[in-house]
Amino acid sequence: MIQKNDFAIECIDIKKSFGSVEALRGVSIQARPGEVTAIIGDNGAGKSTLIKCISGVYASDEGQIKIDGEIVHFSTPEESRTFGIETVYQTLGLIEDLSIWQNLFLNREITKGFGPFRILNKAKMKEEAVKMLKNLDVYIPSIKSRTRGLSGGQRQAVAICRAAGWGSRVVIMDEPTAALGVRETAKVEDLIQRMKSQGLAILLISHNFDQVLRLADHIWVMRQGNVMAGMRAKDTTGDELVALITGASAGRK
Amino acid sequence: MSNGNIRSTASAKAEAVGQTRLTRIKEKIKDPFFWSDWLVVVAFIAVVAFFGALAPESFLTLYNLNNILVAASIPAIIAVGQTFTVATAGIDLSVSSTMTFGAVIFGLAFTNGWPIWECALFSTIAGLLVGLVNGFIIAKRKINDFIVTLGMLSVASGAALVLSNGRPRQIISAPLATLAIGEVANVPYLMFIALAIVLIAHFTLFNTRFGTHVLATGGDPEAARAMGISIVKIKIAVYAISGALAGFAAMLTISRIGAAEPAANTAILLNSVAAVVLGGVSLFGGRGTILGPFVATLLLQSLTNGLTVIGVAAYYQYLSIGIVVILSAALVRTDK
Repeated sequence: MIQKNDFAIECIDIKKSFGSVEALRGVSIQARPGEVTAIIGDNGAGKSTLIKCISGVYASDEGQIKIDGEIVHFSTPEESRTFGIETVYQTLGLIEDLSIWQNLFLNREITKGFGPFRILNKAKMKEEAVKMLKNLDVYIPSIKSRTRGLSGGQRQAVAICRAAGWGSRVVIMDEPTAALGVRETAKVEDLIQRMKSQGLAILLISHNFDQVLRLADHIWVMRQGNVMAGMRAKDTTGDELVALITGASAGRK
Repeated sequence: MSNGNIRSTASAKAEAVGQTRLTRIKEKIKDPFFWSDWLVVVAFIAVVAFFGALAPESFLTLYNLNNILVAASIPAIIAVGQTFTVATAGIDLSVSSTMTFGAVIFGLAFTNGWPIWECALFSTIAGLLVGLVNGFIIAKRKINDFIVTLGMLSVASGAALVLSNGRPRQIISAPLATLAIGEVANVPYLMFIALAIVLIAHFTLFNTRFGTHVLATGGDPEAARAMGISIVKIKIAVYAISGALAGFAAMLTISRIGAAEPAANTAILLNSVAAVVLGGVSLFGGRGTILGPFVATLLLQSLTNGLTVIGVAAYYQYLSIGIVVILSAALVRTDK
């Protein structure tokens, strides 16, 4: 049974500079399993740098990352994945000319055979792909079709299923609905709710305050490389968030 | 595909039965990829039928068809290598001079008393090294593939001329001669070798992780990198494959002409690019087959052969092949 105090991921005093620019000046945040944790802030606040440190794209200069209470070290996205951290990229990261099942298993292909003669186990991957989509109630006519023909919402769903389907613990989502219409946004939000109910910790980057207040359990507000405030979503309002982001309000922790 | 549109709507009006099946066919006909996959087969059959009808007693003879298969073997192998580079949205313009370079290395080793199969190994390794250099510069230094391999085209031919003093070397070897003229059931040994390479390449592209990653790299390098695929490794690998196949093909060329020639055979380069385009491989990367360029190679050789058989002067053959290539590229637009 997951205790509410246990954090799926905890960032402690993360610092990251690019030359003389301090992008992160000691950021500490936590995210619980089974919750959506939103990170909000203006452009240049350091959200993207922070999630890149968590997903292993950047190595932080200082600070620690704990997964399930244990300190972990990684310097590449593949290594961060081995700790169960997955990222749904804003640009989705799907290969248009590959089929859905190929995308779901990209760089994690199931093979059979031995040594240098390993060949793809296509049947197994197709079977698993169907399960991965079903697991999050995503309906797509055929897993054999190319992702080129899918709608924006379907693509996002495939990308999310890929991120959620690997025994992952933390899923980072960078503006998951930025490019979607109203109906597709609603579908993706449902999907996020289902991931949440499966016990994943979701880190959500969004500019859409309504969405953040709708989906998030916890909100971290960043400004100029610092965390200005962290609060339960039910205890705050859109106006307060705006004040914190613009610096009109000094913040609370 | 306006042509396909007209045809599908016309057939839809004609018969209103089998709705779902019809719509599926309609979708297929509208899909440009369907055409890029099958156009080459249709065109190949058309070319063979055309010359077969025009000159049945000279074109459709076992002797002549055998000639076509011999002529197509080496270009088919080079086209396989080219397919890999184009599938990653690259191109290898140095294939023909890499082959020449490999041939010269073969000749050097042969005159220094090495056995024939060792010579073949050396020429393959020479080609592999040229490919690795191409790949390293393109992938690591991020320099345009077109420029790098164009430069290598000149470097490799230059090196071939320097190493050979510009003189061809005669290579007299019984096993090589057998290789060049031997056949089983009217199919030349050379074609068996080409077929084996085609099948291995097809299997590699569609049934291994490496193949999937090649297509992913060509399709969307950013996305592939985000999923942890090493673009650099894949790029280096495809140029290495192209180079090694060119080096290997050098041996087959030597077997056919009985000498290691330092002069580059630029027709091979044109042929490989033409076969890739005709074979439906997207020049933007991420999409392609091995069998498409193979059939395209057969088509191009049939065309050259057919024109010769019906007595068209060689000058017109260059013209016609160029036109076929440009036409096919215009017909099969696989860009977005």
